[in-house]
Amino acid sequence: MRPLVAQLRAEVTMIFTNGETVFLTLGIPVVFLLFFSAVHVLPTGTDHPVDFLVPGILALAIMSTAMTALGIGTGFERGYGVLKRLGSTPLGRPRLLTAKIIAVIAVELLQAVVLVAVGYALGWNPGGAGGALVAAAVLAMVLGTVAFGGIGLALAGTLKPLVNLAVVNALFVILLLLGGMLIPLGKLPGWLEGIAKVLPASALADALHGALGNGTPVSTRDWIVLVVWAVAMPVLAGLTFRWE
Amino acid sequence: MDDAIDPTDTPAPENGSARPATGGGRRTSTPAVSCDGVVIRYGDTLAVDRLSFEGRAGQVVALLGPNGAGKTSTVEALEGYRPVSSGSVRVLDLDPRRDHTALVPRIGVMLQKGGVYPMLGSAQVLHLFASYYHDAEDPDHLLDLVGLSAVRRTPWRRLSGGEQQRLALALALVGKPEVLFLDEPTAGVDPEGRIAVRSIIADLADRGICVILTTHELAEAERLADRVVIIDHGRMLADGTPAALASGTADGSIRFSTEPLIDTADLATTLGAGATLEEERPGFYRLQPPPGAATPAVVATLAGWLAERDLALGDLRTGQSLEEAYLAITGSREAADPGAPGAPDGRAGRGSHGLRSRGSR
Repeated sequence: MRPLVAQLRAEVTMIFTNGETVFLTLGIPVVFLLFFSAVHVLPTGTDHPVDFLVPGILALAIMSTAMTALGIGTGFERGYGVLKRLGSTPLGRPRLLTAKIIAVIAVELLQAVVLVAVGYALGWNPGGAGGALVAAAVLAMVLGTVAFGGIGLALAGTLKPLVNLAVVNALFVILLLLGGMLIPLGKLPGWLEGIAKVLPASALADALHGALGNGTPVSTRDWIVLVVWAVAMPVLAGLTFRWE
Repeated sequence: MDDAIDPTDTPAPENGSARPATGGGRRTSTPAVSCDGVVIRYGDTLAVDRLSFEGRAGQVVALLGPNGAGKTSTVEALEGYRPVSSGSVRVLDLDPRRDHTALVPRIGVMLQKGGVYPMLGSAQVLHLFASYYHDAEDPDHLLDLVGLSAVRRTPWRRLSGGEQQRLALALALVGKPEVLFLDEPTAGVDPEGRIAVRSIIADLADRGICVILTTHELAEAERLADRVVIIDHGRMLADGTPAALASGTADGSIRFSTEPLIDTADLATTLGAGATLEEERPGFYRLQPPPGAATPAVVATLAGWLAERDLALGDLRTGQSLEEAYLAITGSREAADPGAPGAPDGRAGRGSHGLRSRGSR
């Protein structure tokens, strides 16, 4: 237990002492939320953009932590030989992975608290979100975390650190634009919308928009897309991950 | 360093004295580390070719060879990072890969490069690693030991190269290992740091720890190791104590310098039948004494002959350094294997200054 606790403390310390990570996981979501609720430039289709923005930006926050922060951090640890070196300590892979997962969840909880608080302050009205819908939203976020974490680790485990950094950041922007987080998918051209709909980003954003926005249950298609990515990407990461 | 670094369950070197100066006397106990006919292949490349050697408790074994000789591959096979294509590796009588979980708490590893969280402070990393072990060394004591107390808050990426190496060494020690693997422990370390690292390694061996280190620097091997395993192109070229290796290839020749173009024929005659003399380069001579002649007598005759002619005696040396032995060993192999690439590591040692810079050991 002591190694796990110490490792978890180190992982969390590294996340919160790294300015870039804090900016990525808290700065960007909060700034987007504040900016786009004040400046009505996004085609959110509502007079009250914050109702659309909070669920979408929660999805964005999940993606920034589970995919981008985890992927970049792990990629650099691999590049610096840290992962290799840990392999000859008694820490072990299961504990290392557990510590990383708990650290990601801890950051996500913090993000959720901050974003929901800011959302309420901006007048967010979660509509008719009852217990079942909130539970569905949480489950969707868990699946999204697993899927995005798998993507981040699959890249971190195969690419060189700097290439990984570039690819993960590029992917973050692409999924942000195509994920329906800020821009509704309906605004995309048909062919692009077709691609976007099978991405984990849009499935998560759509699930959260429904459950925490207009109070509609998560669609079967969203569940399928999320589950497929949540199974496929960790498996891919597990099969391809190179520790050195 | 005090007895904080005190492996509780490793045997002290036998016969009470410091390190076994003769490369660890034969013992009936199992060696701490053994390689037996190890072959490591990467695709078509043969990195290690039927390598066998042993390391015992209290012994410092240096794997010496040029870059790319297969040293790191060998050490990484012992650490469990690399599978061997054939042959066997054993560490503390365990299989480094199959018994990985049982082995890792008992070994300390210093990688050739990196291996440390770049953003965490020295003390933070050391405390983190200490938490992985049931019975860990006191991190603050270790920081002190490797001389990093002043930079305890400095993150790894802002440490100097030498400081990074010393932190990596401290991390290898924190679990109180019985076997320590150090891949190029003094590379990039300044002279003062080297002295510190050497004294730590010697102390660990005194406490019964088996230290396996790699180096491409002869002087390091000569100063640090009880036993030197010379490797090139994945093959063992020689294995023994630095002294034994040096004398093993010694041919009894004497080297001296004086003025160029002395009458070598006359000197050889004076020295007696069978003596040969060769001017290797202007003013530098290699003398092969007559068979059975005692070295002091030969030196006396040589000095007398020079004195009669009022010639100065410059550099005079009998026997040879490990460096010369190394060059002789790797050179003879290259001669036997024309396909082998050239000089061992391109070190300047074969030139004029290196041959005279003997270690103090």
